[in-house]
This record gives sequence, C-alpha cells and structure tokens, in this order.
Amino acid sequence: MGTFESFILLLDSTVRLSMPLLFAALAGLYSERSGVFDIGLEGKMLAAAFAAAAIGALAGNVWLGLLAGIAVSVGLALVHGFACITARGNQIVSGVAINFLAAGLTALIGHAYFSQGGRTPRLENEARFLPIEWPGAEQLADVPFLGPIYEELISGHNLLVYLGFVMVAVTWFVIFRTRFGLRLRAVGENPAAVDTAGISVTLMRYQAVIICGVLCGLAGAYLSTAQSASFVPNMSAGKGFIALAALIFAKWKPVPVLYACLLFGFLDALGIRLQGYEFPGIGEVPVQLIQALPYILTVVLLAGFIGKAEPPKAGGVPYVKER
Amino acid sequence: MGGVSTFPIRTNSHGMTAASETPPNDGPPAGAPLAIELRGIDKRFGAVHANRDINLKVRKQSIHGIVGENGAGKSTLMSILYGFYEADAGDIFVSGNTVSIRSSNDAIAKGIGMVHQHFMLVDSFTVIENVMLGAEGAATLQAGREKVRRDLKNLSDEYGLTVDPDAIVSELSVGLQQRVEILKALYRGADILILDEPTGVLTPEEADNLFRILRQLRDQGKTILLITHKLREIMAVTDEVSVMRRGAMVATLQTANTSPSEIAEQMVGRRVLLEVDKGPAKPTEDALVVENLTVRDRFGVDRVKNVSFTVRRGEIVGLAGVSGNGQSELLEAISGIEAPASGRVLVNGKPLSHTGDPAEARELGMGHVPEDRLRMGLVKTFEENENSVLGYHNAEGIGGKVVIDVDAVRNHAKAHIEKYDIRPPNCRLKTANFSGGNQQKIVIAREMEEDPDVLLVGQPTRGVDIGAIEFIHKRLIEMRDAGKAVLLVSVELDEIFGLSDRILVMCGGEIVGERLPDQTDENEIGLMMAGIDEAADKAAQQTEAAQ
Repeated sequence: MGTFESFILLLDSTVRLSMPLLFAALAGLYSERSGVFDIGLEGKMLAAAFAAAAIGALAGNVWLGLLAGIAVSVGLALVHGFACITARGNQIVSGVAINFLAAGLTALIGHAYFSQGGRTPRLENEARFLPIEWPGAEQLADVPFLGPIYEELISGHNLLVYLGFVMVAVTWFVIFRTRFGLRLRAVGENPAAVDTAGISVTLMRYQAVIICGVLCGLAGAYLSTAQSASFVPNMSAGKGFIALAALIFAKWKPVPVLYACLLFGFLDALGIRLQGYEFPGIGEVPVQLIQALPYILTVVLLAGFIGKAEPPKAGGVPYVKER
Repeated sequence: MGGVSTFPIRTNSHGMTAASETPPNDGPPAGAPLAIELRGIDKRFGAVHANRDINLKVRKQSIHGIVGENGAGKSTLMSILYGFYEADAGDIFVSGNTVSIRSSNDAIAKGIGMVHQHFMLVDSFTVIENVMLGAEGAATLQAGREKVRRDLKNLSDEYGLTVDPDAIVSELSVGLQQRVEILKALYRGADILILDEPTGVLTPEEADNLFRILRQLRDQGKTILLITHKLREIMAVTDEVSVMRRGAMVATLQTANTSPSEIAEQMVGRRVLLEVDKGPAKPTEDALVVENLTVRDRFGVDRVKNVSFTVRRGEIVGLAGVSGNGQSELLEAISGIEAPASGRVLVNGKPLSHTGDPAEARELGMGHVPEDRLRMGLVKTFEENENSVLGYHNAEGIGGKVVIDVDAVRNHAKAHIEKYDIRPPNCRLKTANFSGGNQQKIVIAREMEEDPDVLLVGQPTRGVDIGAIEFIHKRLIEMRDAGKAVLLVSVELDEIFGLSDRILVMCGGEIVGERLPDQTDENEIGLMMAGIDEAADKAAQQTEAAQ
C-alpha cells in the first residue's frame, strides 16, 4: 500500500474517531454557552451508549436504540439541569456525580441483565448504523488521487458521521444567526440582562441543557451502534473530557470545535497506526505513550499555545434574582 | 450648571427649616395628567417591611426624583414598577388605567423602561445585539438587525443619543454604556423611564451630559423617574421630588420650592446639619511632614511628583483633586503601603523607613482610613469584631502574637459599636451585612480609637448615607480639636470646603496650589483641579503690568 493510500486511510479513521468527540463537544457548546458548565458529557455519553446498544439488541432496531440513547441522555441532562438551574447547586459536583452514576449503573445493569460481563449482546446489522456507499464509489476507486478520496474519505461512512458535519453548520447558524442563539449567548454572559429584557433565564438554560442531552445521546449511540457493535463497560474512555478540552480549544465556537475534534481524532488515529511501528533510531515507542499523546497535547496547547480561552462569563454561576 | 453651586452643603445659606409635623405635600397640581400613580403599594421580604403603603403620583412629562437613604425602599418600589417583584398589596395606574405588572415583559408592554444601576448589558455583544435582545422581531436575526439600525439612527437624530451601533459594548465608556441602556428602553417604546442611581458610575462631566439628555427626553414627552440619594442631582434636574424613609413615602415636594436641607431632613427624619459646625483651628507643631515624595508605578510612570507639605496638630488639611491625579498613590505612600521612589515622610519628627510595611506607620502614631474600604479597609466576610481590630490585632490586651483573646476583641468591638452608633449593634454579624455607612463607621472607629497623632482619611463619606456623613464629619472635627493632625483626601468639593482649614489642590501628581477655604471658592479650586491656575495667571499679569 502506498503512502498516499495509507494517509487517506488515516484520515478516514480520523473522521470516524472524531465523531463522538464532535457530538459531545457541540453538546457542551450549547450547555456552556447558556452558562451551565457540563463536566458530565462523559457520563451522558456512556449511559446513552449503553441504552442504545441494549435497546438496539432487544428490539433489533437501530432507530429505537438511538431514541433510547437520546432519552437516557436527556434524562441525565435534566437531572443536571434541575441540580444546577432550579436547585442552584454546584455544577461541577453535579457533573461529577452524573459521571459516577453512569459508569456504575451501565456496568451494573448490563451485568445483571445480559450476564456478559457488562457487555451487551453483539448487535445485528439492522440494529447498527452501517456505512453508506455513495453511488459510483466502487467504480471510481481506481481513478488516481480523487478515487481513493471519494471512496474512502467521502463515501462509506455511516449516517451519524454525515449528521455530525451537518450539526456543525446547523449549530453555527443557530448560535450566530437566530433569536434563540442570541438569547443563548446572552444568558451565558449576563443572565440579568436577559431577565430584564423579559426572557426567562430558567427556560433558556433548560432548553440548552436538553439540546446538550440530545447531542450526547447521539455521541453515545455512535459509540456503541456505529463505531462498535455492542456496549463495553466504560467504552467512552474519557472522550467526554477530551470533548470538553476541544470545546475550550475552540473557544466555544462551532467551526473551531470541528477542527479541534478532528485534531484529537487524528492524534487518536495516528496513535493506533503507530502501535508497533519502529521509529528509525528510537525503536518501538510504548503504546501507552502514543495513547497519551492527545492528553499531552491538550495540556501543552491549553497551557499557552491557543491564547486566552475565555469561557462564558456567567458560566458555572446559578442565576439568582437580586433582592 | 453654574459652577458647583448646587452642592448641597454650600447652598443652605437660607438656613434650616423647622421639622414640620405633617409631611409637606405640594406634589403635582390636581388635574395634571399622570403618567404613573401608585396606591397603597405594600411589600414585605420576610421580616423586612420594604415598602409600607406607598402612594405616589408622577406627572406626565416631568422629571420626578425619588430620594431616600440606602435601604429606604426606593429600589424595591421601582422593581415592583418594573415587574421584578410583585407587590403584596396596592394598585398601579399607568396613564390613568389600572394595570397588573407581573414581569419585566408586562412593564415593557406598558411603556415602562428601566436603566439599572448595574447595566443590564452583555459586554461581548455589539450595541445592536444588546438593543434587540428580547425584541428580535423574528426567529432569525437579519431583519431585526436592520430595523434596530434604522431605529437607532432615528433615536440618535431625535434625542442626540449617538452611539456606534456596531461597537462592542465592553469597549465603550461607562457613559456610553449607559446611553445604550437608555436606547434599549426607548427602542422598546418606553414612555416612562426609570433610572436607578444613574450617576454612581459617571464622571461629573458624564453626569451633566446625562442630565442634559434627561431634560431633552422630558421636553419631548417622556416621563423620567430618577432614583438617587444625591441631593445635588435632585436639585439640578428634577421637577418634583418624593422622599422615602424606612419603606414609607414621607413627602412629595416641588423641587423649585424646596431646599436640600428640607429634603435631607425628610430623608433622615430629623434636622441634619449639612454645613459642618466648627470653630477656628488652633494649629500647633508639625505632626506630618512630607518631603519631596515621588511615587512611581509599575510601568515606571511618576504618579506623585516631588510633593512636599506639612500637616500640623490641630488642623485639617484637605487634599482636593479629580480622582486619579495621584491622591491614592500619595495616601498609600504616606501610610507606608507603597514604598516611594524618593523622598521621605516624617511622623512626629521620625522618618518612615518605607519598607512597605504599614504597621510601622501605625507604630509611629498614624491612623489610616483607606479610600476604598472594601478593598483595603475591611475583610467583608469577617465578623464585625474581627474587623474592629484588624491591623491592631497584636496590641496588648487584645491578643498577642499567637493567640487572640476573643472576648477582649468582642468587648473592644462593643465599645466601638456604642460610641460610633454602628447599626445593627451586633459585633458577631458578618461585615458584609452592614450598610456602607456602618461599614465605614467600623473602619473609622478602629482608626480613631487607637488615638493616632496623624490621621489619614480617604473619601470618608463615599457611598455613605446623609445621617452617617454628618456623624463622620463631626468626629473628624473632634479629632482636630483634640489636637490631631488630619489629612483629608476627597473628591467631593463640598466636603473639602466644609472640613478643611487649609486646602491643597492636586493635579497630575503635583500639588498645584494651596488656598485657605475662606479666601477662595469652589470655582477657583475647580479650575486648579483641572490644571488652570487663574490667580497665578492674574498675579503674573499684574506684575507684568506693574513693570
């Protein structure tokens, strides 16, 4: 296989690996832009992955699985919303609690119900999101340069991948071109201004949190019904946190979020490619080091290469009407 | 404004009015069309009775002031009018019709707009985005943006409220941000504009500009409700004024027929001495000597330039100046907080070593009431008694270097509370829960009761109620009469004139002149503060002419 082909394959897996990050980061974008910090992206994603795989396996239908994943994720999002918005609790504590809850409950229920060590049964094809071959992909595969790009990179992904890219554009439009987006941004910066303008802060924040739940549901369903064919305990493996890092990188803006997620996806894909690879002069680099690369990069970049990332001003602060 | 002659303390030459038994009420003439009428508005927050049976009539096309001390219930009343709170009882009439205002949206729909004390603006948004927030017109923004742009242009033509519609709000000056707030209200069709303490954050020039705009808005048919605790503003701009005291509306007066002292009396509920009563000073020997002091900031800029002066025992020296002309830096250098670049400070003949340790200044007999009590004078989250010994906590009898005698500290605090009438009289209460005036009394009590020879006082009455201002001024005179040297730094000219035996004027980090209060006036000092020394110019011309 030539260098070009392997590069295309690398980019192809970059796209696949970026998707859960992208959905989760966009989820976080809505929530945090409204002023509700969400460290529980990870937990929501994991719970949704389990629900999608479990219901998908039982019902044998990918759409029911997806719906179940979204429903569970939205449920957890509403718990977070209630704790942070209505009860004015600490947003970090609530998020951490949701992560623990999801990690424990998915393993426990999976173990008790399916008796496969916490896994769900392998999903049949009709319960999965399968790659979609674009017309003419096979015929064009032999066309030099453009053929492999079309066949590997553009064609042959599952529906959720395409949806992910569409969501970036949709989110950009919603945030910057709609009334809802204007109010969402305002409520994260100065909720009192929104309140005095006659808009309900509580309602705005709940809407944002619910959207966050839906997108986390998509991220989770992607993990267990598109990327793999079953749920495995703790399969989100920190992706929710990487998504948060990507969100900060991107300074809470939709298009940069896409780039940040692709970058992390690329590092992930590269890590997998480089396993067992003999570097000239160095020899084989331990797998762990390569796997740690995205995290190291996160720390390095966040420590000073991206400039000051300013979070929404009212983020993390419950809104209390002044007496 | 004719000079600064509307300063309350300077305008009470017509003397005190006697406390009247029945509240005067020469409000709007009967039959005048009313913009707003409140009948029997009552509001409680738990045990606090914030508004008691309030009646208020606001004439259409007038500027109506609402004054009262902090906590008198002005803001609560206005919040009820703007739908932030709902009244427990009472009726609101707008243009003669009874209305129910349950939310800001209701208020806006009835043509009531509010300019809040802390601006309700999204800093990172443009002016247009801020104005359209809540009134976008459609689900997408494009059409709304264009409409706002057109309307802002019209409003700016009509009222002279010019502001760049595409500017980011955080990059605008405070005065312009306030203008955006006004535009927001006007854009949403406000006929009645409520302004809550609008000048607190403005420079005097910006404030005058605001008053000009308010008058123009009135002349073009708007009704303005101005909430303030500054009598100067009431006298300068209102047509009528209503006075609140402890949740009740105690009087409504025609501004033209009243005086600052009458309003002050209504506010406090007793006669208030706006003019400080003091005898002549009997200064003796030098207590504070400042020699060639230069203070350089961290950017290498000289903020205080080669300043020298003395303060003698038994006199109050007032340091006047527009805020930011080096007074703060000078105070910090004298009190030992900042080390000066050069020069020295002597207290009772002993020089400060300037090690950046204010404890040394204290040991030499200097007390310091800092300009910004919350930043430098107090720890807000401490209990009152803890703050009452801050800086003196090592003293004999209060504590020691290791263990603090809690009972002694509390007794100490109780003595201060009694002597300085600090309210509520509870030394275990968190300092943040005291009003601004009482917080200031905590600091003043602490610094004065240690019996310093030299007392530095920065902005002693900033954000303090009239009643407490009177008390603080009296105490400062008492300190002087007890033979202490007092250096008073204030941006309030009336305070400088009321208290000082000598006035130093600071401008651009230098002391540009010294005057005796009875041989100058606020005009001259004001010019000197701005860096124009008329007298010196005149003297120079005269000598020239003589030659």
